[in-house]
Amino acid sequence: MCLGIPGQIVEIIDAEKKLGKADVSGVKRVINLACIVDEDNPIQSTIGQWVLIHVGFAMSKIDEQEASRTLQLLNELGEAQREILEMELKQQ
Amino acid sequence: MKYVDEFRQPEKAEALFKAIDNLAAPLSDKLARAVHIMEFCGGHTHAIFRFGLEQRLSKSVELIHGPGCPVCVLPMGRVDDCVALAERPEVIFTTFGDAMRVPGSQKSLLQAKADGADIRMVYSPLDALNLAKKNPDREVIFFALGFETTMPSTALTVLQAAEGNISNFSLFCNHITTVPILESLLDSPTFNIDGFVVPGHVSMVVGEKPFATIAERYKKPMVITGFEPLDILQSLHMLLVQLQSGKPCLENQYARVVQKAGNIPGLMAMQKVFELREKFDWRGLGEIDKSGVKITEEYAAFDAERKFAVPNLKVDDPHECQCGEVLKGEIKPWQCKVFGAPCTPQNPLGALMVSSEGACAAYYSFGNTKELLDKRQEARPTK
Amino acid sequence: MKDLIEEYLVGQFAGKSFAPLEDQARIDLSEIIKHDNMQGGKLAFTTDSYVIFPLFFPGGDIGRLAVAGTVNDLSVGGAKPLYLSCSLIIEEGFALDDLRKIVASMHETAREAGVAIVTGDTKVVEKGAADKLFINTAGIGLIPFGVEISAGAAKVGDYIIINGTIGDHGASIVASRQDLALETSMQSDCRPLNHLIQSMLVASSEIHCLRDATRGGVATVLNEFAEASRVGIRLYENALPIQDETRGICEILGLDPLYLANEGKIVAVVAAESAGAILDAMKQQGFDQAAIIGEVIAAESPQVTMKTIFGGEKMIDLLTGDQLPRIC
Repeated sequence: MCLGIPGQIVEIIDAEKKLGKADVSGVKRVINLACIVDEDNPIQSTIGQWVLIHVGFAMSKIDEQEASRTLQLLNELGEAQREILEMELKQQ
Repeated sequence: MKYVDEFRQPEKAEALFKAIDNLAAPLSDKLARAVHIMEFCGGHTHAIFRFGLEQRLSKSVELIHGPGCPVCVLPMGRVDDCVALAERPEVIFTTFGDAMRVPGSQKSLLQAKADGADIRMVYSPLDALNLAKKNPDREVIFFALGFETTMPSTALTVLQAAEGNISNFSLFCNHITTVPILESLLDSPTFNIDGFVVPGHVSMVVGEKPFATIAERYKKPMVITGFEPLDILQSLHMLLVQLQSGKPCLENQYARVVQKAGNIPGLMAMQKVFELREKFDWRGLGEIDKSGVKITEEYAAFDAERKFAVPNLKVDDPHECQCGEVLKGEIKPWQCKVFGAPCTPQNPLGALMVSSEGACAAYYSFGNTKELLDKRQEARPTK
Repeated sequence: MKDLIEEYLVGQFAGKSFAPLEDQARIDLSEIIKHDNMQGGKLAFTTDSYVIFPLFFPGGDIGRLAVAGTVNDLSVGGAKPLYLSCSLIIEEGFALDDLRKIVASMHETAREAGVAIVTGDTKVVEKGAADKLFINTAGIGLIPFGVEISAGAAKVGDYIIINGTIGDHGASIVASRQDLALETSMQSDCRPLNHLIQSMLVASSEIHCLRDATRGGVATVLNEFAEASRVGIRLYENALPIQDETRGICEILGLDPLYLANEGKIVAVVAAESAGAILDAMKQQGFDQAAIIGEVIAAESPQVTMKTIFGGEKMIDLLTGDQLPRIC
């Protein structure tokens, strides 16, 4: 039961019931924000936030910096591989 | 699509495939067999097959598909219980789409619906609760299925129902937990998995600690992993690096979503609404201690098992079924006696062929069946 | 009953005189044969019943579907669609306003396609005996001499072409389901395709197979071609045109767009040399996302495979039953 999709919160529908509207590639749905709001993270602060959506609930905020870091690591691995390949070709 | 497309870039995958092969080859030589990596979660199995990743890996790495598919491990007896509940005239039975086709001993939920039972598919448990509010003269039951990923949403729905004094809403609770089954596999002497791709969305809820404990106790490399193809490939690379260094531990590849402590509001809701069962039956795997949850006394009014009588019978799989062995990674799907004939997605004998992420259904659609049937002939395990 | 026919059906469709007061439409043979180039053409004749729910969906309704569907069924055989019949089975109590809208939609779609609805029938059945409204349309057309299109005609080396984005109708229907609570501007792609197909036939005489990818989507049509022609078909995932919103709906619900219905898309198998001309013809007709999505290859047994964006190859089998949204 793991199908989660990133979406962006575009509107707060009902602050008391913790309901917001999320946009996934132009498709919008009302989702429950109870898992990502608390005293330090009031509901209004979630507008514009990217979240992981699963069965109608925002289950986690997506950390932009961590995402960039992961992609950066992937890029570095790609670079390293290219260098190895170049070295191997030179040796041939 | 943001946070999806970046992690699906095929150009970045090429470097990963090579890096994985470079690491795996010497490890495989040392082991005198392929390196065995198990992806536990059905969502990962689905992604691997959807993007055709397995074929691009060399023979030095073998992916073993684990039992983390809540639909696949649903015992037939529990499906029969669902059908019995759904066939009550006062009941609107709500479920995720995944569970509709799983065969019970007589019929699946889809067949029960065709026979007239009021069974409705929902996307969220909140939709089921809304149905209950809109239909006060009917009993709405939600089939709560899934690992810890889905437990917070179910628990929060129950809390909302309680707050709103909704008396015609209840759950048929089949939530199961990840750690006991993992431990049960790791305790088995024949289990030879070298590393684990850890379910990213379970970790999103429960945090790193449960899996860090397992990595520590069993000295196995474990990497919490996202669900896009680059996530999975990066995770394989990280596992192989750990194996190479001889320093197994838990790492988090999915840090953009998974926080160390997990999801606190979700965990708090789960704690209020659920408690562990002594044992729970897993299809093909038998009873596993403390592997399922039930609803606490405080929220008993929302427990369909207390509200209604269900047959509650233990129904064995057809004797030809080897689902259990496939789930444990002991045999490959095509090594099952009935794979492809007669067990097919059109005519499934076991849940692994019904669920879109079941290893058997995945293999059936991935490979030419005749070829796999031929492979079965060659690779039949000796008993 | 007579009022119903007169007010809604005859009133809308009696553009020409086809003996409206008789029990049958009467058409001069010369009106049909004049569309044949030389002697030896064929009469194409098809029928289909439309029992869909919901009756009104974003971008269309059951009426538009009933006309476009039958027009398209004729056209994919290479026929020029000419005359349609229309039969309505109406559940007692069905809103007359909705009926009026649907019939108007049929009239408009027929006009768009350039076909005439020349005969029809309405029956009202008691409540519960029909689900609101069922429509049957039958159609005749003329396949000119020399046009030979068939599911069994695919040849190794042929290209697979589609006139636009996949899965839009199916996605818009799923998205419009009240219980899923999705908000989207997605529209069905429902439309008659006969003008497009006529221009394709002018552009090339090497169209081997042609079908509209309705129920079961592109994947199903390709499996039918592969089976009938005893060939393999290889799709290229990175060549598949797909709208953002269709993709969004599929990702949220775990659906595969290759299996979602299309009501305005045709899949053509054409000789490689003709592919360019066919694509041009499509783009000239306004289908700017037309694309080559695969090719026909030799295979030991009929199969459809897809090369994924990661270079793996996977089977695209026929589905058993309908796709169901999943959360796993």
